[in-house]
Amino acid sequence: MDVTAPGEGVGARLPRKEDDRLMRGRGQYIADIRLPGMQDVAFVRSPLAHARIRAIHVPEDLKGRVFTAADLNGVKPIRAVSGLPGFKVSEQPALAADKVRQVGELIAVCVAPTRAEAEDMAARVELDLEELPALHDMLEAKKPGAALVHEHWGDNVFLETLVNVNIEAAFDAPVKVSRTISTARQCMAPIEGRGTVVHLDHRMDQLVVHTASQMPHIVRSGLAECLGLDEGQIRVISPDVGGGFGYKAILLAEEICLGWLARRLGTPVRWLEDRREHLTANANCREHHYEITLYAERDGTLRGIDCEASVDSGAYSAYPFSACLEAAQVASILPGPYDFPAYRCRTWSVATNKCPILPYRGVARTGVCFALEVALDALAAELGLTPEVVRFKNLVRPEQMPFDNITKKHFDSGDYPEVLTRALAVIDPDKVRARQIKGEPDGRRIGLGLSIYCEQGAHGTSVYSGWGIPMVPGHEQAGARLTPDGGLELRVGVHSHGQSLETTLAQVAHEILGIPVARTRVFYGDTAMTPYSTGSWGSRVMVMAGGAVATACTELSERIRRIGAHMLQADLAEVRFAAGRVIGPHGDVGVNEIAHTWYRRPQDLPTDVDGGGLEVISGYKPVRDSGTFSYAAHAVVVAVDPEIGEVEILDYVIVEDGGVLVNPMVVDGQIIGGLAQGIGTALYEEMRFDSSGQPLASTLADYLLPGAPEVPAPFIGHMETPSPYTRFGVKGIGEGGAIAPPAAIANAVNDALRPLGVEMLHSPVTPRRIVEKVLAARAARARRSAA
Amino acid sequence: MKPAPFDLVRPREIAAAVALLAAAGDGAKVMAGGQSFGPMLNLRLATPSLVVDISGIAALKTAREEPDAVVYGALVTHADVEDGRVPDAGAHLLKRVASGIAYRAVRNRGTMGGSLCHADPAADWVNALSALGAQVEIAGPSGRRWLALQEFLTGALSVALGEGDLLVAVRVPKVPASARFGYVKHCRKVGEFAHAVGALLVDPAAGTARALMGAIDAPPLVLADARDLFGGRIDADFAARFDAAAAAAALHEAGVIDPVDRHVHVEVLRRAVRQADGLFSPDTRSAA
Repeated sequence: MDVTAPGEGVGARLPRKEDDRLMRGRGQYIADIRLPGMQDVAFVRSPLAHARIRAIHVPEDLKGRVFTAADLNGVKPIRAVSGLPGFKVSEQPALAADKVRQVGELIAVCVAPTRAEAEDMAARVELDLEELPALHDMLEAKKPGAALVHEHWGDNVFLETLVNVNIEAAFDAPVKVSRTISTARQCMAPIEGRGTVVHLDHRMDQLVVHTASQMPHIVRSGLAECLGLDEGQIRVISPDVGGGFGYKAILLAEEICLGWLARRLGTPVRWLEDRREHLTANANCREHHYEITLYAERDGTLRGIDCEASVDSGAYSAYPFSACLEAAQVASILPGPYDFPAYRCRTWSVATNKCPILPYRGVARTGVCFALEVALDALAAELGLTPEVVRFKNLVRPEQMPFDNITKKHFDSGDYPEVLTRALAVIDPDKVRARQIKGEPDGRRIGLGLSIYCEQGAHGTSVYSGWGIPMVPGHEQAGARLTPDGGLELRVGVHSHGQSLETTLAQVAHEILGIPVARTRVFYGDTAMTPYSTGSWGSRVMVMAGGAVATACTELSERIRRIGAHMLQADLAEVRFAAGRVIGPHGDVGVNEIAHTWYRRPQDLPTDVDGGGLEVISGYKPVRDSGTFSYAAHAVVVAVDPEIGEVEILDYVIVEDGGVLVNPMVVDGQIIGGLAQGIGTALYEEMRFDSSGQPLASTLADYLLPGAPEVPAPFIGHMETPSPYTRFGVKGIGEGGAIAPPAAIANAVNDALRPLGVEMLHSPVTPRRIVEKVLAARAARARRSAA
Repeated sequence: MKPAPFDLVRPREIAAAVALLAAAGDGAKVMAGGQSFGPMLNLRLATPSLVVDISGIAALKTAREEPDAVVYGALVTHADVEDGRVPDAGAHLLKRVASGIAYRAVRNRGTMGGSLCHADPAADWVNALSALGAQVEIAGPSGRRWLALQEFLTGALSVALGEGDLLVAVRVPKVPASARFGYVKHCRKVGEFAHAVGALLVDPAAGTARALMGAIDAPPLVLADARDLFGGRIDADFAARFDAAAAAAALHEAGVIDPVDRHVHVEVLRRAVRQADGLFSPDTRSAA
């Protein structure tokens, strides 16, 4: 394809079009919507983690403005079923009727002119609850005899899976290293919380649901199912969304309640999630526990990996990804970017009295990468090898590509050792290790940490159909329409909540049609305006929607060429389309004139002209839908203060390969944002629960997120190995930045503290945990020397 | 997260504020900069019937210098101190503390008096001003009185203010030219409330030292005569004699029973000692 206007097509570092609006505070979010007569909603939420509801007392004067499950006639619970064998189904009611299974579960909905008044009403609703034993520890919940979240199950396991590839062959390996490794429960934290405004459109006979969602079409299907409506009776509009990260890739009980309320009351209703609801009731993610054993030769060659992994899935299965998304993926992706011959992994998706686990950027990969990469460093230490030597020994080599790994993941392309080589060249291990030996004047200890991962993105039908969850992506579609004055309108069913699609999809279209990015508009976030799509998740939008836009624009270019041929009075075979013009043997004509003629002067065209015109909806799938595999090496240098546990990141290097980059500046932004979240996972973010299942952080003073001072400017190096299967060779990269940092940082801390006999195996690596281990190791040494 | 209903009044005079508070009794709360009180209202942790917003009282916004002290009005903001709009009780000393409080947006509105009345054990003014031996002036129905800050702070989030009482000023003794002040806090991230605070005001010429360990879920532990932490005497070599075991014992006695907490608090104090010691070199004098 000709690059018709250098500087705007695929590969251009183009500033983001959407920034003009967003940086001037002109974004339009849910909370910016004002509708006449709009009422505010506050919920009565469960104060207990696990209880039977004996009674709900609504004061007499609030009747008709406060509603409970008894009022919700015909509303069905959320059922996010997985087709994987043995999966146990949970039913999450829109409002709890007889039992609550997590703190913050919805019990009643209160409607008032303002949120403050609605909260006053909520405070007056009295709950008569019989407290039940709360399950706050998944390892306890797994044990026989534990209290039951869903009584009829008989245990607390949503799903147990087992993968075994000849693990017995590894048992005679000369070296065996075992570790217990775990990650905290986190709350993903977009700046904008969730929010929903619902009103009735009598003209279209539709319930119009404005909601901050990554997947408006999926939400429409889920709402239709739960409210018992035809999909055509619902329109979902997701306007500007202030960050998603998976938090907004879900059907909400709140959305169902507001949909019911708007129909019942006939007035627009609004719910804006506040930070306390976000932290205590809604945003749980990430909590994994691993018992992992590596088998190896003395030179570091892996002979096998054996693992038991548990994921705390919380009380209910979230729609559409289900309660087993994380744990079941753990088994298939734990092998990471490595090649080894024997593998076993058993996983449990455990039900507890916490909010449902949600897919957070990186999904299972962040935990898997943490477990495997931290264990690999333990192996390296055991063998007296450097971490890089062990990794080079085992990484899939470029000449093996494309490569089917031990769990049948199809790595499409790439040079995994090369990203590590390049990252090492920048971080300079020799220099770091020399400094380490020399020691710091302030008593801090220097550590170098590495981690490397590969990430399946944009995986499609063949992967998701096997899961049998409510959503399976098929062909992705895009619409492309020339306007009468030669501008371009694109319509896509994915959402752009930070992905920069208004810029990058216009770049893709420009690559094909040569239309200036400034004259291209991208429409998204409205089921009435866009083709069906499963939405934005799984690092899929540039591969899928980008491919769809390219396909639609290619078809559109052919339509343009045909009309151009008429106008040039040339044979179709004699004209070609390039640089936004149709060029014939004796002249050429531009897109603007062609569009003008088609729309405004049809009399100039012959009667047998193709009636399809200048608007196309077309679909796209990669040549293979097993996913693209982007990958990266992260290398970090930290200084650790062993006495008070502070960790400072001194240097951070990322070398990644995301295939062909449509806009490298946008990719840099994705990586830096992901790194910030990864640093949060590594060092700060943790939602703790007490023994009664109460979440212990309800504000951002207690739930620590890294701020700008905690996030260093990383070095970012790009490699571009095109995917053989996708349009332009692009790969999904949206999540990668958040995958590797926890492992790299923990490995760096461990490198710093290993001489003290300290190893950190739980994220986040907090000052308290470091000091505890340093003091324990010191005491043990003192005991030994005394003995 | 919206406050429960309350009435709001905005007096212009100290006397009017005191009268309003005295009349309303238990259900009244004072709001100064609102940086802690605002969130408490929104979380409905505070549900007063009357909020007396004192931010319109001009008399509380000034500071004055006395021969041996600086007196700060209760509404002097952290940013006023940070930016040097009010005199400093030591050469840049309060400025250094102020610039480390939370974030600039908080410093723009948060006040010295408000912070002391909120009495979060981890707050900077609670600790730094205790270490400096500050006093607070309280206006109440029966007139005005001065109280040592240590007596004012009666517990975590608890102070010696009766019904109708308003903290109006903070008197901070000037730090002698021969003295140095070390102030170190341990936070997990910039702007976070401290998990440990250590402070030392030391004057080898006078042979005196005053030490503080704070953020211990109670008012700070102040050792007004800290010579025991330095082998019983203060001279030019005081820092080398820092006695961690003595500091740990003092913490233990103050109820800090967790050994990891104790270790961190002692370490942070050790750093404050080291910082104060470093400030005696001529090139760092300006930071004292």
